[in-house]
Amino acid sequence: MLNKYPLWKTLMVMLIIAIGALYATPNLYGEAPAVQVSGLRGVEADTATLDQIKAQLEQSNIAYDSIALEKGQILTRFKNTESQLKARDILDEKLGKQYSVALNLTPNTPEWLASIGGVPMKLGLDLSGGVSFLMEVNMKEAMAKAKAGMVGEFRSELRNEKIRYRTVKEDGNAISVIFRKVEDLEAAESLLSKRYRDLLFKTDDDSLTLTASMTEQKEKEIREYALQQNITIIRNRVNELGVAEPLVQRQGKKHIVIELPGVQDTAKAKEILNATATIEFRLVDTEGDLGNALNGRVPASSILLTDRDGKPSLLKKRVMLTGDHITDAKSGFDEYSRPQVNISLDSAGGSKMSNGTKNNIGKPMATVFIEYKATDKKDAEGNIIFEKVEEIISIATIQARLGKQFRITGAGSQAEAHNLALLLRAGALIAPITIVEERTVGPTLGAENVKLGFQAIMMGFALVFIFMMVYYKAFGVVANLALGANLVLIVGIMSMIPGAALSLPGMAGIVLTVGMAVDANVLIFERIREEIREGKSIQQAIHQGYEAAFSTIIDANITTLIAALILFAIGTGPVKGFAITLSIGIITSMFTSVVASRTVVNAVWGGKSLKKLSI
Amino acid sequence: MQILRLKETVAFMSLRKYAMIFSAILMLASIASLATNKLNFGLDFTGGTLIEVGFEQAADLTQLREVLDSNGYQDAVVQLYGSSRDVVIRLGQRDDVKAEMLGNQVLKVLTDGTGQNVDMRRIEFVGASVGDELAEQGGLAMLTALICILVYVAFRFEWRFAIGSVVALFHDVLLTLGLFSVLGLEFDLTVLAAILAVIGYSLNDTIVVSDRIRENFRKVRNGSPEEIIDISLTQTLSRTFITSITTLLVLAALFFKGGALIHGFATALLFGVFVGTYSSIYVASSVALSLGISKEDLIPEVIEKEGADQEEMMP
Repeated sequence: MLNKYPLWKTLMVMLIIAIGALYATPNLYGEAPAVQVSGLRGVEADTATLDQIKAQLEQSNIAYDSIALEKGQILTRFKNTESQLKARDILDEKLGKQYSVALNLTPNTPEWLASIGGVPMKLGLDLSGGVSFLMEVNMKEAMAKAKAGMVGEFRSELRNEKIRYRTVKEDGNAISVIFRKVEDLEAAESLLSKRYRDLLFKTDDDSLTLTASMTEQKEKEIREYALQQNITIIRNRVNELGVAEPLVQRQGKKHIVIELPGVQDTAKAKEILNATATIEFRLVDTEGDLGNALNGRVPASSILLTDRDGKPSLLKKRVMLTGDHITDAKSGFDEYSRPQVNISLDSAGGSKMSNGTKNNIGKPMATVFIEYKATDKKDAEGNIIFEKVEEIISIATIQARLGKQFRITGAGSQAEAHNLALLLRAGALIAPITIVEERTVGPTLGAENVKLGFQAIMMGFALVFIFMMVYYKAFGVVANLALGANLVLIVGIMSMIPGAALSLPGMAGIVLTVGMAVDANVLIFERIREEIREGKSIQQAIHQGYEAAFSTIIDANITTLIAALILFAIGTGPVKGFAITLSIGIITSMFTSVVASRTVVNAVWGGKSLKKLSI
Repeated sequence: MQILRLKETVAFMSLRKYAMIFSAILMLASIASLATNKLNFGLDFTGGTLIEVGFEQAADLTQLREVLDSNGYQDAVVQLYGSSRDVVIRLGQRDDVKAEMLGNQVLKVLTDGTGQNVDMRRIEFVGASVGDELAEQGGLAMLTALICILVYVAFRFEWRFAIGSVVALFHDVLLTLGLFSVLGLEFDLTVLAAILAVIGYSLNDTIVVSDRIRENFRKVRNGSPEEIIDISLTQTLSRTFITSITTLLVLAALFFKGGALIHGFATALLFGVFVGTYSSIYVASSVALSLGISKEDLIPEVIEKEGADQEEMMP
């Protein structure tokens, strides 16, 4: 029979819309104020922390709705913002430096809905308020450092093998080594090309020069490494900011995007992001008396520092090595599968380390992490005052005379070893970063944008609704149903996609889709009218109308989708939001205006003998 | 209800010479304006700092300018934004301060200078290199979009249609850019997004028309290409009108309700939809016609099996 869908098809359409509606519902529940506690520098919040927080809150008589430990974070929900703020202040004070305490908003989604993955849409920064930074990694510097490191390595390699050379120097993008004799040149070539497989070697017998240039692969690796290192360090610093849901993400070849929702004090955020960290290796002062030092009598040649847990140690004032000589630090396992950290130094650092350790075998050596942290205090000119924070991150016994490569074992757990490696690398940033873009949206503007966007969607929707109803009567109602289903599906899918955030242009995208989605129905309905005018039977006309319009709709939508996808590829932030809602809208509108509307049409008019159609 | 009840075919193509001259004049005018007036590029492209602040009472711009002037921000451009209490301040690149700190400094100067409670609504800072990259990427994106669409339409229809639709898109983009240049409206990232949406919309229209032309070339036995295009345009005209109306309705909602941030976006689309509708009738079709589109080009080469569509005919 014409214009009758089999039952399964009708059910499937209903099912798809129902799923969309289900995942769209979390957006109706609103959000509750919460406080989020997470560990810093490898510390994880655990059940002990949970109990501690519970005890603190009860002691201070702050009522909370729920408290839960999830993925190393503890989330406590409150009835109102008043108790949320009070709880934040108390926890911040009592929990200490190892935890970051942040204000957050958590969705009030009912548990059954949350358990099937139902979450409300994320709001972009232009709607929620907050700050986003775009940071650029200085790749020139990264390459320069890599080359300088290689010059040093070549020198020591050749010296070790007793191959005599005249000079080793940087030569544009390459490194050239000049020799006195052809034999040396040949020996060096065979030695170095074996050791450095990611370099391209070329010899010139006339000028007795060996040139080594980086392969594209190697250059890419250096860039990638510089970028990844910066991302890791920024993540660590951002965690210290106490922001509920920060985002740190690479963008393209040399940029890093940082989004901090809800942050208003951008000055502090910037200072922390720009803060510099260094590493120092010092010998532990084993002769000095720690007890005396703690009472204020620190020996003249020593300093008193503490580790993360506040345990004090007396260290020699003389710095054995600074962190800028570190070229790499990786965590791994030793031969007994205990966690360890492998450290590589540049050649100058290697000889310093070697000199510093040769007479001190068996003595403990401390690694000190120094960071300049922004404080809440400001000087007379309004600049933020920085506090120099020195912290012992590891004390290890020197087992042998150390050189360019050495390792620290006994660092504790694997997580701690990983963390130590990260801190060591943080003290030796290979490539500096600068803020190249910043966008801050205040909370009032954010709230206003939400209101305006919502109004625009509602008004656009109402106008189209009325127009379609007047113009196409009963079929207009069908088109409106499809439009409603489309809106529900867009919201549902936006909520389901984890990375998608709704922005103001994104809302504009929804408005635009509302206007354009009816196009498919207009095409179909106009075609049906035409077919009726040509004298076809009502059922034939409906059938022909849908069939004939289908390929047109597909072609028209695919081309629009191409434009939307290109926009997605180049756009950032809000514009990407526009591309996302537009793309989703195009796809869902094809489904609702062709398949879903047909389902309704078939159910109401299909298979009946009709003389007139309300179109 | 019906807005257009056309009994007879409208002879669109008889006017195509005039339409082409009209389009050519507008395009030349746009190019001329883009060459002389240039585009008023927004912060996204030029780089610099923008600060939007809200005051409790209507803002006194002269006072604000004086405050900024006396504090060493002589190059600051101060404008009202959306309402009398919202003010936008634009600053260029500066050598003496770290650019990313500028926003906070200006905010402090304003609070101290006016003695009012200043509400920070937004601060945007874009480095010059980012702006340059974006301009390059934006241009590249538009080119890529046009090429992808050219390929798709050529593959689905015929190269004459493809060229027709891409010329139409080029026409729409150029005129929209021209409008922004003539009126001196700010061209920022959202406007670029709007222009890509205009490409999408205009193409939508063009495809619908081309699709019908293709269908009629197969269906209508007699008739010159010109007549067939006229028939197709007449048949699709009421759809073209209605879709334009619904789209213009929602865009009007955006324009009036969407707030100042979305204004440029809505303007570009409102204009783009007008131009896009016109161009799908006059530019795309007449270019395809001028390139000599004919029946033979569109008749499918595959010989259909006898009775292949028999099933469809039987109720």
